[in-house]
Amino acid sequence: MIHKFREKLIQIFFFLNGLSVILILGGIFFLLLRYTWPAFKEIQMAEFLFGKFWDPTAYVKPAYGILAMLMSTFMVTVGALTIAVPLGIGTAAYLSDVASPKVREIAKPVVEILAGIPSVVIGFLGIVLVGPVIAKLTGTTNGLNAINGAILLSVMSLPTIISLSEDALTNVPKSFQEASLALGGSQWQTLILVKIPAASSGIVAACMLGMGRAIGETMTVLMATGNAPAMPSKLTDPIMTMTSTIAIELGEVPYYTTHFYGLFAIGLVLFIITFIINMVSDIILHRYERQTRY
Amino acid sequence: MELSKDPKIVIQDFDFYYGNNHAVKKVSFDALGREVTSIIGPSGCGKSTLLRCLNRMNDLIPETKAQGKILIDGQDIYEASVDVVELRKKVGMVFQKPNPFPKTIFDNVAYGLRINGYQEKSEIIRRVEQSLRDSALWEEVKDRLTDNGLSLSGGQQQRLCVARALAIQPEIVLMDEPASALDPIASAKLEELIVRLKEKYTIVIVTHNMQQAARISDKTAFLMQGELVEFGATKDLFTKPTRKITEEYITGRFG
Repeated sequence: MIHKFREKLIQIFFFLNGLSVILILGGIFFLLLRYTWPAFKEIQMAEFLFGKFWDPTAYVKPAYGILAMLMSTFMVTVGALTIAVPLGIGTAAYLSDVASPKVREIAKPVVEILAGIPSVVIGFLGIVLVGPVIAKLTGTTNGLNAINGAILLSVMSLPTIISLSEDALTNVPKSFQEASLALGGSQWQTLILVKIPAASSGIVAACMLGMGRAIGETMTVLMATGNAPAMPSKLTDPIMTMTSTIAIELGEVPYYTTHFYGLFAIGLVLFIITFIINMVSDIILHRYERQTRY
Repeated sequence: MELSKDPKIVIQDFDFYYGNNHAVKKVSFDALGREVTSIIGPSGCGKSTLLRCLNRMNDLIPETKAQGKILIDGQDIYEASVDVVELRKKVGMVFQKPNPFPKTIFDNVAYGLRINGYQEKSEIIRRVEQSLRDSALWEEVKDRLTDNGLSLSGGQQQRLCVARALAIQPEIVLMDEPASALDPIASAKLEELIVRLKEKYTIVIVTHNMQQAARISDKTAFLMQGELVEFGATKDLFTKPTRKITEEYITGRFG
């Protein structure tokens, strides 16, 4: 009897744990919605999404357009992926197929530790290390711009991409590799034509998760991209991402004003974007699991 | 292509080690062209290891060592100058578990052709069809060549793997317990196929199924604990073995 009671108690304990996570998540979403809602009493949805100017403190006619921020976030994210995806997949392929077991044993944890470097440190490196180099190469004043952000974010999303892609490649059944080699395939052909296609959904999911990391990153881009709330037209323009805007302005904004609610609306857009990305990568990952189980 | 019944593969005093584990010990025998040679023996006797030495698949395993000679058409395949990729084009392999790629049936067979530089589409199509006919799979898959190879049954998958190996026109086909994962009917079909294939190819097959070895092979090598116990015509080895231990094994007293 006591035994049964204890079982029940443990069950309830874990159920409450799981429930609280869902409640917290739901609560965050609800809060975002609640504070976003009033913003659209004053701001037109179309103006919010497609307006080029974000100037909520203007005396005469405040502007609440987030297109410039969306564009900025888009630029650094795509830029980061352009660098990180080839580099990440290449590194993953090296670790899974070329490196000796000893090298792999050391390199993989090192890559994963890279994920633990605080973003403020990366941002610092962006200012003192990457910035001056970019400034010199492009002839800009301080090198705090979209390229800088893209480079730093690529460094930050690399660990995710490398680690998960490497897992996907390692999980490709060895029998595929043997079949290819036994047909006179070289190691290179086997990697490109058999292993990477077989691991493709895992690799795509890895890149999506890396992308999620890049989009949501705040401190690094805040420090290294110049924070100019204007529509960027080229990669060397200073930019201000959605995350930086929230981080910079939320501390100083008067509460319960349209500006205040508008910042929450930006947060909601960000939440929706990352939510979609995570969901898509999750679906892809699951499809990949089903495929390899045959 | 006319194959003579001269020795195609000559194994001479061959030793193989996994680290300190001496897996194959001073083995010598020949496999002739247009014959099926089977290697039998209890689990762990080194028969698969020996087979995988014939196309140097064991190179993939770190810390292995080979000594002695394996000559294919008179060329020692363990010589430093030998190109393993070229060797494997000449010596095809079918594995224990069917292992088609997660690609279409057509692409599975075409894979070997594509990596070997065939670009003419009509030529690839022709050879894929020929290989599927040779492996007795054509009639079953000709209307569904774009289906995933993994959607076939186990026996069909294994014949697809045979077709894939045949597509690049090897001279020798190695089979590592190819029927062990198949049901009796699929297994019988595969045996029929093997007997037909020896018209064109030299076949070396590892099997733990002695009836299978007796049915399909011309010569049989019996291995135990890495040593060659007996080698001879299959008929002789199964009816009047010269060693007592061979007799005990083939009559099922151990194994």
